[in-house]
Amino acid sequence: MGDIKDLSKYDKKTLKKFMADMLLIRRFEEKCAQMYGLQKIGGFCHLYIGQEAVAVGSIGALDLKTDYVLTGYRDHAHALACGLSADSVMAELFGKETGCSRGKGGSMHLFDVEHNMLGGNGIVGGHIPVATGVAFKIRYNREKGVVLCFFGDGAIHQGAFHESLNMAKIWNLPILYICENNQYGMGTMYKRVSSVDDFSLMAASYGMQGKQIDGMDVLNVFDEVSATVNRIRNDNIPALLEIKTYRYKGHSMSDPAQYRTREELEEYKKLDPIVILKIDMMDNNLLTEDEFKEMDKQCKAKATESVTFAEQSAEPQESSLYEDVLV
Amino acid sequence: MADILVMLALSPTMETGTITGWRVKEGDEISSGDVICDVETDKASMEYEATSGGTVLKILLDQGSKAAVGQPIAIVGEKDEDIADILNQAKSAQTQEKKQEPKENKPESQHKTAQDKPQPAQSVVSEPQSAGRIKASPLAKKIAEQMGIDLASVAGSGPGGRIVKQDLERVGTQGVQHPRSGLPELKDESIPVSGKRAVIAQRLSESKLSAPHYYLKISACVDNLVSAREELKKSAGINVSYNAFLMAFATQAISRHPMINSSWHGDTIKKHRSVDIGIAVALDDGLITPVVRNCAQKGIIAINTELTELIAKARRGTLTPEEYTGATFTISSLGAFGIEEFTAIINPPASTILAVGAMEKRPVADSDSSISVRTMMTMTLSCDHRIIDGAVGAAFMQDLKRTVEYPVQSLY
Amino acid sequence: MPVIQYREALRQAIDEEMSRDERVFLMGEEVAQYNGAYKVSKGLYDKYSERRVIDTPITELGFTGIGIGAAMAGLRPIIEWMTFNFAILALDQVINNAAKMLYMSGGKLNIPVVFRGPNGPAEYLASQHSQALQTMFVHVPGLKVVAPATPYDAKGLLKSAIRDDNPVVFLEGELMYPWTGEVPAEEYLVPIGSADIKREGSDVSIITYSKPLKMVQEAAQALEQENISAEIVDLRSLRPLDEETIFKSVMKTNRAVIVDESWPVVSVASHVAYLISSRCFDYLDAPVELVTSQDVPMPYNHNLELAAQPSVDKIIKAVKKALYIQ
Repeated sequence: MGDIKDLSKYDKKTLKKFMADMLLIRRFEEKCAQMYGLQKIGGFCHLYIGQEAVAVGSIGALDLKTDYVLTGYRDHAHALACGLSADSVMAELFGKETGCSRGKGGSMHLFDVEHNMLGGNGIVGGHIPVATGVAFKIRYNREKGVVLCFFGDGAIHQGAFHESLNMAKIWNLPILYICENNQYGMGTMYKRVSSVDDFSLMAASYGMQGKQIDGMDVLNVFDEVSATVNRIRNDNIPALLEIKTYRYKGHSMSDPAQYRTREELEEYKKLDPIVILKIDMMDNNLLTEDEFKEMDKQCKAKATESVTFAEQSAEPQESSLYEDVLV
Repeated sequence: MADILVMLALSPTMETGTITGWRVKEGDEISSGDVICDVETDKASMEYEATSGGTVLKILLDQGSKAAVGQPIAIVGEKDEDIADILNQAKSAQTQEKKQEPKENKPESQHKTAQDKPQPAQSVVSEPQSAGRIKASPLAKKIAEQMGIDLASVAGSGPGGRIVKQDLERVGTQGVQHPRSGLPELKDESIPVSGKRAVIAQRLSESKLSAPHYYLKISACVDNLVSAREELKKSAGINVSYNAFLMAFATQAISRHPMINSSWHGDTIKKHRSVDIGIAVALDDGLITPVVRNCAQKGIIAINTELTELIAKARRGTLTPEEYTGATFTISSLGAFGIEEFTAIINPPASTILAVGAMEKRPVADSDSSISVRTMMTMTLSCDHRIIDGAVGAAFMQDLKRTVEYPVQSLY
Repeated sequence: MPVIQYREALRQAIDEEMSRDERVFLMGEEVAQYNGAYKVSKGLYDKYSERRVIDTPITELGFTGIGIGAAMAGLRPIIEWMTFNFAILALDQVINNAAKMLYMSGGKLNIPVVFRGPNGPAEYLASQHSQALQTMFVHVPGLKVVAPATPYDAKGLLKSAIRDDNPVVFLEGELMYPWTGEVPAEEYLVPIGSADIKREGSDVSIITYSKPLKMVQEAAQALEQENISAEIVDLRSLRPLDEETIFKSVMKTNRAVIVDESWPVVSVASHVAYLISSRCFDYLDAPVELVTSQDVPMPYNHNLELAAQPSVDKIIKAVKKALYIQ
């Protein structure tokens, strides 16, 4: 692997938390795939496997008492990273009453208001103005928070993205737009549909700072997002980050991802975010193989328990059909 | 901690899959997401990706085996892990899965009936207490009109007692008329049946349907009557109506044929002492028969005075029931309309009714076979055959004719 | 009682609610320094500064979404669409985010936002700028939709809309802004979801809302000369709909004419007609008549554009048809 990465600037607890969070997301989503295959989960189910470092590293840079997270439909990881329990997410995927959205949202509409995770949005790019509005509220109330708005390489061409960046800049809104470039907008390689290969350039059109960073190393994501968020907090300016990543699975469970080669996938798997952090931590004597196995075991157990919880939870009452249409 | 890998639905409709080949063998290290076998589904051959990683500890199904979705196919865990328990678990799952054909994940709610489903609140409006609004579908209203059925008399089987087509089909006896095709449709108007009209309809239908009517027609020369009336006008200054004359003449004739003044009561026949003669008066909304009582005791002037008053009251609508019921004989005249002759329906309890046509000049063959022009009037008596036999009625009419033609006789 | 313009009634409502609640702000194209395209927000920028009266770029989708996000995070935005014709660009935000957020979050996130601006045909504006689009919003569960026709109702309903915890679509009309009417000096609210009998009558119920109310009132006066007594039901709210008031009126008069300036196909009018035929079936003496705009885009030519819309004559004809006269 070459040089040993120096992790001395990181708190051991933080590193372990990143590892635990990524492992939980991985094991949880493997369960999702299995449960989808068993037809316990229906509809659209977009897995995040391979991208874990992005959600965990970015959200790890936030203080969720004042900061907010909004994302698209590939949202299981963001919800878990914000602190939503695996039980309530799995129950939501099963459509159960105990799900975080009472079984009415499903995979694409996870919310954790307590931890300022405001969705879970199904229309490509449709949440970008909404996230900008949350940042507007922070500025309006003269609060300290910052909004992380996650979206993919598919959403970046929507008008909603460009309209939002313009207004965020003219009103100095505290928002970090994070384009998780997992290389495929549904089944289309991003380069085929973009005027530029480097999305960070798009920030320049709106007089905003943009940067392209590697998203397979959780610590790199954490460092870059932390620095950017601090700048946003202090200087009252929005920013854009393109975080390069890769999803191992298809766009959704119904996508066999035949638009890419297995070789390409295997190449990226060598950069697996969990493996990278594991090696770095072990190199720095911050983790042993046994500790790692124990953590993994616990995360597997949590994922398995979440399935039991979801299976044992009640179906929503039919009367709930008419609830929450209006306040 | 070992994991069971189960057959997954690799297409949305897949229920079972055939393992066409294993890419790994027991003892191999695999990662989650690795392709470990190929599966032929209902649609295509698919790669099966492991949903967890580790060492392949056990392959449960050989190449070529079929597995239902959910059925264990392999066990993955740590090298040298004791898998006795999980193997039992997997085997019992194997057998269970076989029993559970087809899939058991249909939601329970599919079995519920539509009525079980809660509905959102609908706004409730209490229906106004509209007096006498009959609930009937537009179709039922149309059919009722065509069939001549009074909706008030029909019980509705629809919600809130709404009358619908089938309710009318139960009631109706006449066939439904179909509109003529090819002609512009002229909309019929429906008007509610007044109380008066309903009574007329009921009484006359009853009379016509229960009393076997027959008719006796006779024409009388009224030249003498006309001049007698003129005389009376000249001498007494009183304008006596022809109806009053006819009443007086009928009274004379009845006194000689008292059977005419009787009524049918099923097992008895009532012979009335008093000659109470009704006269049909047309009104805008029907007709009414004011009655001059006890005509035998009254002279022509008295009859005329009383008749004039009664007709005025009838037109004002102020007749009391005693003044328009119980006629024992009735006269109906349509002469004013130029009607030559007609037949009338008996007005119960009377057993006859006299229909009087117009007075008009006609060429008449006299007894000497000469033709002369005389003022003639045709009278038709409707008789209830249950009481009045042909000869009885005919004798009465013969007498009446003579009385009309020779009014002076009534003085005898 | 003071007599003021419809636009002034709206301005008063916004002003009063902004001074009452710090969380209320106004955002839209030219609402601040220009004082509003139709001068509804006149003076508000001077009074509340750029913090609370905010000019946006011409990006309907974007600033509508920002309003939704701000509402989701606890503010109470009033989003002005310069006209509803441009709001079509924002429909994704309104339908997919504002209307659905509460439901798909299992009741966790409500969106207290008001979307307002002129809707409906004006004059000489042709197809893209002269159209009644309420049906698109009324169709969507999770939204409230109101359409006041008088200054009094406009003020009372806008105040209620701003205080409502749900997204409210508030329909005004370009030609209605100069209309005048009595508005009390003291504070009042008009509740959302309540229709108003604007005229009592016994022979026919004319059900309408928004701009056509004036035509309906004229028609009712003309009909009075012919001894026809028309009752006018002003819906005021299109969602939720005050069904009870509609049904009571129709059960009384037994005949209904609905006047709606939007297109006739799957409209508010056709929905109300369905409700009447279903719930007042036994109280109808005639089929429900509709007076709507013609099923065509709006032409520029004045005679043609008038022919495309409801008129007093068309209303009178429909009433007579419902009464089987001629």
